[in-house]
Amino acid sequence: MPYGPHTPADRARMLATIGIGSVDELFADIPGKLRASSLDLPEPEPELSLAAHLQALAARNRVDLASFLGAGVYRHYSPAAIDQILLRGEWYTAYTPYQPEISQGTLQSIYEYESLIAELVGLDVVSASHYDGAAATAEAALMTCRATRRERVLVSRAVHRHYRETIETYFMGGGLTVEEIPLVADGLAAGTTDLAALERLLADPDRAVAGVVASQPNFLGLLEPMSDIGQLAHAAGALFVAVVEPVSLAVLAPPGEYGADIAAGEGQPLGIAPQYGGPYLGILASTEALVRQIPGRLVGMTTDIDGKRAFVMTMRAREQDIRREKAASNICTNQALLALAASVYLAMVGPHGLRDVAALGAARAAELETALAAVGAPRLHSGPYLNEFVVRVPGAAEVHRLLLERGVLAGLVLAEAEPDDPALADGLLVCATEVTTHDEIGRFAATLSDVLTGRPPVAVEAGAGTARGGAVAEARR
Amino acid sequence: MSVAGNRLQPTIFEKSSPGRGGGKIPHAPKDALDRIPAAARRAGPAALPELNEPEAVRHYVNLSQLNYAVDTGFYPLGSCTMKWNPKLNEWAARLPGFAGLHPMAPDAVAQGTLQLLWELEAALAEISGMTALTLQPAAGAQGELTGILMIRAYHHDRGDLDRTEVLVPDSSHGTNPATATMAGFTTVTIPSAADGGVDLDAFRAALGPRTAAVMITNPSTLGLFEARIGELLDAVHEAGALAYMDGANLNAILGRFKPGEAGFDVMHFNVHKTFSTPHGGGGPGAGPVGVGPKLVAYLPSPRVIRDEDAGFRLERPGERPTSIGRMRSFVGNTGVLVRAYAYIRAHGGSGLREVSDDAVLAANYLKARLAGTYDEPYGDRPCKHEFVVSAASLKKATGVRTLDIAKRLIDYGYHPPTIYFPLIVEEGMLIEPTETEPIETLDAFAEALIAIAGEARTDPDLVHEAPHDTPVRRLDEVKAARQPNLRWRPMAGAQTPCPD
Repeated sequence: MPYGPHTPADRARMLATIGIGSVDELFADIPGKLRASSLDLPEPEPELSLAAHLQALAARNRVDLASFLGAGVYRHYSPAAIDQILLRGEWYTAYTPYQPEISQGTLQSIYEYESLIAELVGLDVVSASHYDGAAATAEAALMTCRATRRERVLVSRAVHRHYRETIETYFMGGGLTVEEIPLVADGLAAGTTDLAALERLLADPDRAVAGVVASQPNFLGLLEPMSDIGQLAHAAGALFVAVVEPVSLAVLAPPGEYGADIAAGEGQPLGIAPQYGGPYLGILASTEALVRQIPGRLVGMTTDIDGKRAFVMTMRAREQDIRREKAASNICTNQALLALAASVYLAMVGPHGLRDVAALGAARAAELETALAAVGAPRLHSGPYLNEFVVRVPGAAEVHRLLLERGVLAGLVLAEAEPDDPALADGLLVCATEVTTHDEIGRFAATLSDVLTGRPPVAVEAGAGTARGGAVAEARR
Repeated sequence: MSVAGNRLQPTIFEKSSPGRGGGKIPHAPKDALDRIPAAARRAGPAALPELNEPEAVRHYVNLSQLNYAVDTGFYPLGSCTMKWNPKLNEWAARLPGFAGLHPMAPDAVAQGTLQLLWELEAALAEISGMTALTLQPAAGAQGELTGILMIRAYHHDRGDLDRTEVLVPDSSHGTNPATATMAGFTTVTIPSAADGGVDLDAFRAALGPRTAAVMITNPSTLGLFEARIGELLDAVHEAGALAYMDGANLNAILGRFKPGEAGFDVMHFNVHKTFSTPHGGGGPGAGPVGVGPKLVAYLPSPRVIRDEDAGFRLERPGERPTSIGRMRSFVGNTGVLVRAYAYIRAHGGSGLREVSDDAVLAANYLKARLAGTYDEPYGDRPCKHEFVVSAASLKKATGVRTLDIAKRLIDYGYHPPTIYFPLIVEEGMLIEPTETEPIETLDAFAEALIAIAGEARTDPDLVHEAPHDTPVRRLDEVKAARQPNLRWRPMAGAQTPCPD
């Protein structure tokens, strides 16, 4: 065993102390007919060859593309100090701070995380933490039902599809219902939540609504009329859940300002690598009025018996290990190390750096919009956006594939991600951030132009481009 | 000294000075946001702290030194499997090819990760004896919810709508009943028998046409193998219910017992316990779920599929309508799963079996060393990877409680065991040494616990007032709960003196 300490002499001494002859005797209580047949796995791999194998697997992924893919996960610059701090064993090899006297580092960092996120979202109670944006949003939806004792939640269709599907799964057991608020079909507000439809859904007197969920910016990158949505929700006695992207909150109004009762969202943009889906950071925050309903860990400031300032997990009567079947959620292990990553990120970039990240993304996105429109791929919608938007490209899936062969990841094919929405059939969802370069934007536009006009790939990739899958063939080698 | 540092830190807000920091991100053009309507914009910058890099780094390094961790010492926290976290795995997860891959990248550019996930699924199926898996759940508790929702879907598909109850032993993790509630079931708690196992008569009496599922942790949270597991599983299936195995204690039975072979219908893995992925101060984890044949159709989507041309891909939206749906965004906590994969490959089948053998050997050795000093509520029968002792007799004799003993262990340089869990043991301590601690550490820890029992008799106040040698001492938890201060505010902070 690669990491074990025991020599044959150690094992012999332990067996003698226990008073048995072999380890097998310690497993005698497993009934004979239920004992495992065998364990058929590859042979142990020494570190040297295992490292090479892992490197080879990682090299089969293509991460060198000019990428314009966002759709809920964004590439950002992560200052070098973050990972060095995260690699300290005192952070990542500790567990939940059950013993506060020897966990003040983790506890204070969580308190600071709560404070930093509270500042960004403009709400006072921040739970630390949830699995990801989707699970946090589902917990937010459940909170609205517990708090109002109502059973129906309305979710804008422009909330990320994965989040909507996660809410549906979380609602499956409790007899709760989730309904979709449609989007405006055309005009200036096309692609945003349909306020008139929301008003109609809220008006049903027999089926009172617990919560209304909308996203800012929404999945299509558009800015939503959050104040209006919140006012309609509150007028019907429902709570308002804002799904947010934390970097955008450097420049967009915080949920607390436009009347949201709960904010949920994906913390990945705060210095966390994409790593094919996680681990990420579920952000969940609420007004003080909802503090007894919020699930997940809360850390508070207190004092020790000598009067020194100290931090401790608190209001634990909401949690599963204390309350069992009456707990607010079953959540136990969460994403503590990612909450630390987000805090360190915010400390490193500071308020002005975070604003620059958001504003640079907006500037690069405007540049991208102009460049793509010039080669025949205009925006699908006309409302304002921050750093992500949809362009209309006939035959989007095929165009996307041809661009991939030429080293450009042209965002998300909406016909594949949202197959049941004909309005998006020709759409590519593209984004830019502060790491997007002028050169990459130029490559995207030039290559798109080539593809749309049927021009063959440039010489360096000519061999691969004619057959199906240049980048693809490369990736499978 | 149990932690390296003793310098309490002002909050990062108190270290901020307007105008400090910068140099990380280029400035944006002044007109970058002009096209955003004023109504949607934030009035002024968020009041985040401003620090230069050296001060920010020192803040987090000094804070880290107030923590106890596996990298700094013995962490016998029962039920949590605080084993060594191999360093290769941290390196692997950070390889740019793994870390930089977008979760919605086309399958063609994600073949390395997809292959790794596919192989990991196969390995976990072999380890558990299950038919198929989902790697999507983000933690054990989410895995539990996944499993119970699949069981719900199974009964519903059969028109079996009256099964509204989930049976849970009274020694179970709190997540089990909390999960049952989240999934819309009523929890029925089954008492334990005197030997620590499930009370078979009480269990049979509770089973019936209303039972949807039974959740069993095996070995149990007392560290005992459920010797009547065959009878229990037969009774569950005769009643038309399904059996859920809480895999939190899998570290005891690798290569010795396969839940799927034994008849469990579904189980979750805690890869941050059994497969060494670090606990991160409270996460991230990952909670893959394995299922038997009855539940394969209900697995969350997307699954990783191997196509005929030997390429790998993710299921497409709507491809498998019988799925219960999604538990979270994307495919799962892939970065954690990379570490688990590396751990399994480093050990191979023979190494994993040795892991359990050594974990169980170490626990029984420590248990033998403590016999006679602390009560053994379940006698001298062998334990698995962890065991419970009780300080009930010591408390009666000296007034010293388990909490005091735990705090005194900190003075001796150890992280305390899990205390007062399972709830059914009076003054209980759940001790899990894991397989990666040398015999010298086990001996020294046993001697510390024996010495503390002596102190309880000769100098009880020394133990009552522990810990003595920590950056802070026992905390005012009542104040924390009654006057909650859950975020920094300049005024609230000023009321509590800032450490110098």
